[in-house]
Amino acid sequence: MQQLVAILIDGTIYFSWLFIVSLGLTLIYGVMKILNIAHGSFYALGAYAAASAVGAWFAAGLPAAGSYLLLAVCGLAIGAAIGFAVERGLLRRMYGRDEVVMILVTYAVFLILEDVIKLVWGVNPYLAYQPYTALGRIAIGGIGFAVYDLILLALALAMGFAAWFTLNRTRYGRLLLVVIHDREISSAMGINVARMFTVTFTIGAMLGALGGAVAAPGISVVPGIGVDIIVLAFAVSVIGGLGSVAGAAIGALIVGLTRAAAIHLVPEVELFVIYAVMAIVLAFRPEGLFGRPAARKI
Amino acid sequence: MTRTVLEARNLKKRFGAVVAADDISITMAAGEVIGLIGANGAGKTTFVNMVTGHLKPDAGQVVFEGSDVTALAPRAMTRRGITRSFQVAQLFPQLSSRDNALIALASAETEQPALLGDLRIPDRIARADALLARFGLADVADRLTVELPQGKRKLLDIALAMVGEGRVLLLDEPTSGISADEKFPLMDLVMEAIGGADATILFVEHDMEIVERYASRVIAFYEGRIIADGAPAAVLADAAVRRHVVGAEIHRRHEGPRR
Amino acid sequence: MAKLGTHALLLAAAVVLVPLGLVLPTWLVFLVTIGLAKGLVVIGLVVMMRAGLVSFGQGLYYGLGAYSAGLAANFLGLNDAVLLLVIGAAVGIVVALGLGVLLVRYRQIFFAMLSLAVSMILYGALVRSTALGSTDGFNLPPPTFLGLAPDVETGRRILFVLALLLALGTASLLHRFTRSPTGVLGEAIVMNEIRVEYLGASVSRVLLITYVIGAITAALGGVLVALATSHIDPDLAFWTTSGEFVFVAILSGTGHVAASLVGMVLFETVRSFAFQYSPYTWQMVVGTAMLLVIVFLPYGLWSLVSRGEGRSARP
Repeated sequence: MQQLVAILIDGTIYFSWLFIVSLGLTLIYGVMKILNIAHGSFYALGAYAAASAVGAWFAAGLPAAGSYLLLAVCGLAIGAAIGFAVERGLLRRMYGRDEVVMILVTYAVFLILEDVIKLVWGVNPYLAYQPYTALGRIAIGGIGFAVYDLILLALALAMGFAAWFTLNRTRYGRLLLVVIHDREISSAMGINVARMFTVTFTIGAMLGALGGAVAAPGISVVPGIGVDIIVLAFAVSVIGGLGSVAGAAIGALIVGLTRAAAIHLVPEVELFVIYAVMAIVLAFRPEGLFGRPAARKI
Repeated sequence: MTRTVLEARNLKKRFGAVVAADDISITMAAGEVIGLIGANGAGKTTFVNMVTGHLKPDAGQVVFEGSDVTALAPRAMTRRGITRSFQVAQLFPQLSSRDNALIALASAETEQPALLGDLRIPDRIARADALLARFGLADVADRLTVELPQGKRKLLDIALAMVGEGRVLLLDEPTSGISADEKFPLMDLVMEAIGGADATILFVEHDMEIVERYASRVIAFYEGRIIADGAPAAVLADAAVRRHVVGAEIHRRHEGPRR
Repeated sequence: MAKLGTHALLLAAAVVLVPLGLVLPTWLVFLVTIGLAKGLVVIGLVVMMRAGLVSFGQGLYYGLGAYSAGLAANFLGLNDAVLLLVIGAAVGIVVALGLGVLLVRYRQIFFAMLSLAVSMILYGALVRSTALGSTDGFNLPPPTFLGLAPDVETGRRILFVLALLLALGTASLLHRFTRSPTGVLGEAIVMNEIRVEYLGASVSRVLLITYVIGAITAALGGVLVALATSHIDPDLAFWTTSGEFVFVAILSGTGHVAASLVGMVLFETVRSFAFQYSPYTWQMVVGTAMLLVIVFLPYGLWSLVSRGEGRSARP
């Protein structure tokens, strides 16, 4: 019983940051049909930027309350900068190329950014635990929670709601849905697809970096976290169906709970089991749980 | 008595609310040349797709030379002798016409094409060039098919369908996208090329002049049902056919080209 | 180029390179052996990519080959290089036949994702299996060659010759395959799968054969790498390893199978120097090179050698 509760709690915490990161990945794929491997680097950049900024903040003896704003601003700012730069500087020249080629393009960006991170931040771990510990823990119904984790969960839910609201209730969101549905027709309708792509990719990158920034206080920021997260976010998006917000939520929940269950019950199978779930989902529903199949007419 | 080659029995197919085939039964005898007419959406291509295995009917059977082939994949249908051409030519765009023909020939030779033997052996090249020549494509043998004009592409599409020496040949709108002065030469070529093969032909067609000239029997579809089946003159004079099919075609022609 | 005969060229390469393996310094022999082993993986991947199967999971068979060899050597006491190659290939074939039936139903990005997922399952299993050394992997004893047990340096040179002959032989065979009816049907499937079906050819047969070919070459490459380095670890099956194979395949181009051998040896050389002199920027160099090739040479470096001959579709 106690173990089950622990699994549910840990699973929910994993869900929170997996969802924020995967939302960006799935948004970019849904609109642009780019499976963005560099998303892992965006996450790592956000984490490093936030960790070093928070470190400096506390070193200067500033009050803990401000560090939360700092985390968010750091993540969003570096995400916006790198996302805009990559889309405008590189991806823009590649539209129309095969989806598989686009994977390689973002893989190349990933390799480059991995080294950029090592050059800027070195290879020693960065720790920014203060925002996490400053909030302490509370007990709800006899079970202890880190308050920071609860805030993270609230943030993830808010992000999910914001994404849903933007897509379904705003003019911009509806235009985006048209672009997702048929790129050529939306061009013909006078929608500025190029600008839509820039905005989407930038927002997606901001989500990735924000995910890294808010995860930073809870983890040790070291080289390789970008690889680890892309492997998980990838499974999340594929399980849920690339391009679907609801799919990202369900995928994050499945991966989060599976991972928590594996770590608590049989730690040997952690990564194995996540990818086994992904393979099983793909075998029965190649488009993922919430994806739509494409048919060919003759 | 003529021998039955292919038989569609009570085929039914729905796409959501649209009934594309509502109890279609057609018996095709050896040597027949059937023109299949009907307005857009009447279910002609759906019928061809079902008979060749691309679509599975919701109900009903396809019987070929006495055996039920309903469940077979297009590949198995083709190997048994039911072949087809397409409304939009289905070719290998980045290969030459000759390579297209070579692939078709190699596929027809055996179900297990060689892994190490060369595709482009002299004997096969000679047969490929003979096939292209039969369809008036000798001059474009070395051109990539993506560069060919529409008429040549349609001819090559039909030529590829002929390679298997099928017993039944289904041509989906052989003259669509072909200019008015090219369509009769194209059909003449096709009929001449097929003529010796003693095959049963069914062609989907919007052009009533083509139907009148080449079909020995005409079947008219309307909203997934057969509304007339018989000799060309009788079917084309039928009141329902005139209202639902021929009239629609005249109307369509005045509106200009569809694509 | 093609007229001169690819097979003659590969034979000439063998005649020139085998003696070199006996005189060159050991470190260079080692480097080229690794390049050839990985090149073998890429040759198979190139054949797969020509048929539209862009696998981001060749690490699966690469890792399987290496671990089969390692396990056979350490636990079964089978130590002969040739025998281990046979075992690796056999394991590759068996797994590929099982998985292939499922995987070849998928195309494009779905195939890429599923193949990656399967390779990550192996990686995830290896990382957590303490019996196999977890992330550290384990060491292999030096191999014998058909009963011959040479000293370490001679062993390396013999292994080089073995890798060279295997790579050139495979390149020659697969070059023939790409020109065979089945090989060309693979390209045809990429262009128009429906037409292939309606010619009466079996799409799944062609793709399964192609998939198994990719698995065999990857497994052989894995065995060779395990023998050359005397060490194996789970990174062999990690997705970045698979990504590197795709990268070299794109870099070399899918126009000719032999190009990937040269591409891989070059890549391995550049990397070992880059890694030595600037460990924090070699990935950057690789990534930049990759972008430049994708932007300016969509058909790979091979297109510099033979303009216009590369018929296969853009990757």
